[in-house]
Amino acid sequence: MRFRLTDDQRALKQGVRDVLARLFGPGELRAAADAVGPPRLDRTRWRALGEAGLFALCLPERAGGIGLGLPEAVLAFEEVGRSLLPGPTVATHLAAATVPGAATGETVVTSVDGDLVEWLEESDVIHGDTTGATPLRSMDPLTPLHRRYVAAGSRAAGAARVGAAAPLQRGQATPPPPSTDTAAPHTDGTGTTSPRVADLLTAAEQLGTALRVCELAVQHARTREQFGTPIGAFQAVKHLCADMLVRAETARAAVYAAALTATPEDIAAARLLADEAAVRGARDCLQVHGGMGFTWEADVHLHLKRAWVRAARGGGSAEHEELLAADLLT
Amino acid sequence: MDLSYTPAEEEFRARLAKWLGTTLPTLPPKPSPDDWPARRAYDTGWQRMLYDAGYGEVHWDASPTLRLIFLEETEKAGAPYVGANFVGLLHAGPTIAAEGTPGQRERWLGPILRGDEVWCQGFSEPGAGSDLAALRTRAWRDGDHYVVSGSKIWTSHAEVADWCELLVRTDPDAPKHRGITWLAMPMDADGITVRPLRTLAGSAEFAEVFLDEVRVPVANRVGAENDGWRVTMVTLSFERGTAFVGEVVACRRVLAELARTARDNGRWDDPGLRRRLGRLNAEFRALWRLTQWNVSEAEASGSVPGVGGSVFKLRYSHARQELYDTAADVLGTGCLDLDRPWVADRLSSLSYTIAAGTSQIQRNIVAERILGLPKGR
Repeated sequence: MRFRLTDDQRALKQGVRDVLARLFGPGELRAAADAVGPPRLDRTRWRALGEAGLFALCLPERAGGIGLGLPEAVLAFEEVGRSLLPGPTVATHLAAATVPGAATGETVVTSVDGDLVEWLEESDVIHGDTTGATPLRSMDPLTPLHRRYVAAGSRAAGAARVGAAAPLQRGQATPPPPSTDTAAPHTDGTGTTSPRVADLLTAAEQLGTALRVCELAVQHARTREQFGTPIGAFQAVKHLCADMLVRAETARAAVYAAALTATPEDIAAARLLADEAAVRGARDCLQVHGGMGFTWEADVHLHLKRAWVRAARGGGSAEHEELLAADLLT
Repeated sequence: MDLSYTPAEEEFRARLAKWLGTTLPTLPPKPSPDDWPARRAYDTGWQRMLYDAGYGEVHWDASPTLRLIFLEETEKAGAPYVGANFVGLLHAGPTIAAEGTPGQRERWLGPILRGDEVWCQGFSEPGAGSDLAALRTRAWRDGDHYVVSGSKIWTSHAEVADWCELLVRTDPDAPKHRGITWLAMPMDADGITVRPLRTLAGSAEFAEVFLDEVRVPVANRVGAENDGWRVTMVTLSFERGTAFVGEVVACRRVLAELARTARDNGRWDDPGLRRRLGRLNAEFRALWRLTQWNVSEAEASGSVPGVGGSVFKLRYSHARQELYDTAADVLGTGCLDLDRPWVADRLSSLSYTIAAGTSQIQRNIVAERILGLPKGR
């Protein structure tokens, strides 16, 4: 058992971090947050991400991909989460093997998730039924959202939770009939298929957020002075930061292990812990920032809002908790 | 990243599981928790069986991964835990192994491993709990002896211990972290009075120990005079790093039993309770993964676990309390009946956020030593 990053994995993670810093650094984040009107997807950046291999990471080499596995995808998406990069990255990554152009970043793919769909207007290919989808005024200024009104009860009866079988090409005259095929698996391109890979990559993004907001809080607590001393010297602040790290490190162990085992139980656990670490971490980070944390100028609200959007993916925590409860009786 | 075990590790696991399968049925019945002499006999007897089978040193001589496998398999099989051997095997033993002279290692390590001698821990004092370095028990030199006076508290197993790992102040004028010395004190020396303390769970788990001019040979000092704080930190990193591994496995077993109980008594129909159980499943799965992560880190960096143990201890102590609070919810009013399973465990779990460094102290450690926040208020 060597449950730690290999040198190659460390290098990959650093490489992805560098690419993201070049394509979407603090300046770009700020510009995107301050832009007027609904967010637009930067196609040049999307192709650059494709060239860097983010979408083709798990595609076999013979198909033009990089041929890496789920653990590497998780490390890359942790970095995506940290950076708050806008766009339907998870859906496009998962479509790399099946949608032409997705792997290279030429085609942007999104998928209907329950009654929500991210980046509907800006995507070229949509997995799932978008009949009657209307735009929301999205709380996350970097993630446009549409909501599909699902008749009461039909969701529980098995409305499309993840990508359905027939993709809808934009501009197609007659959309395919609504699909009720919930079993359609995501593929990670390596031949392993699992309907839960989207959950795992979301957990990885949440982990990235949890670690990033912990860093932001610690940075602020070290430098911001009150009563003539850095606020990080006060136990009340120190303990908020310690709890953020403990949640993030616990989530990290769960997320990385789930990437190795890929069992539904481990992935559900990873989602629960990573959602908690991201959402509570971002709230604590905001608290450490005090009044400044409540302003648009501090980046922390962007992390919190994105964490909330991601936490809603896959229908929230109930399903994961029920799965893990049922597991106890097996 | 890799969660698989090597063939040698798998072979160790299989051999151990086989041995446990044949040995555990031969164990005598567990003694009453209030009968300390019987508990001592039971726990040291188990240690002797481990020793005879070649597993005596597994807590400090094996690789961290083998230790993890040992704790996982013994707990799964329902084997006794270290019990009265806790301090000897997990504190004093590793400390003497790391810091003792060859003569000291020879004198003390064998009896610990064979279950011949039991140790207790004389660290905390009424005025020095979380602020351990504030300890005031004095020791001064008289020829080739230290003469020790003062008092210790929360001393587990003091009633039945042969030895005490004792922290004393040998230089009252030095800064408080200097001037401390680590001594091995024989518990049958003159001048020692042990007064058991009753816990809120009703049992006498630990004691107050009063020391009135107790003579301890200078030869019993481990490490240099006034260097006891550094020696102690070696001990504490063991305590925080690996001491709870078996318990995580045990908690996962309790959780599954709770679910079955809830199914049988109808509480399972409550979705709120089901979801709490599901979340606890996530929690203890993650704690197990965090254990594997820490063990892998320890194995890569040498074998003393670092401050990552504080991260684990913080999360685990609260998860354990949440587990038994949920057990109470499963039991309904049965949670008020001390004869029901888990009720006494719920009471014991209250100590977890206090013992071995309170959660508040652990947060300071995480904030200052991992996150690099300034020391202070």
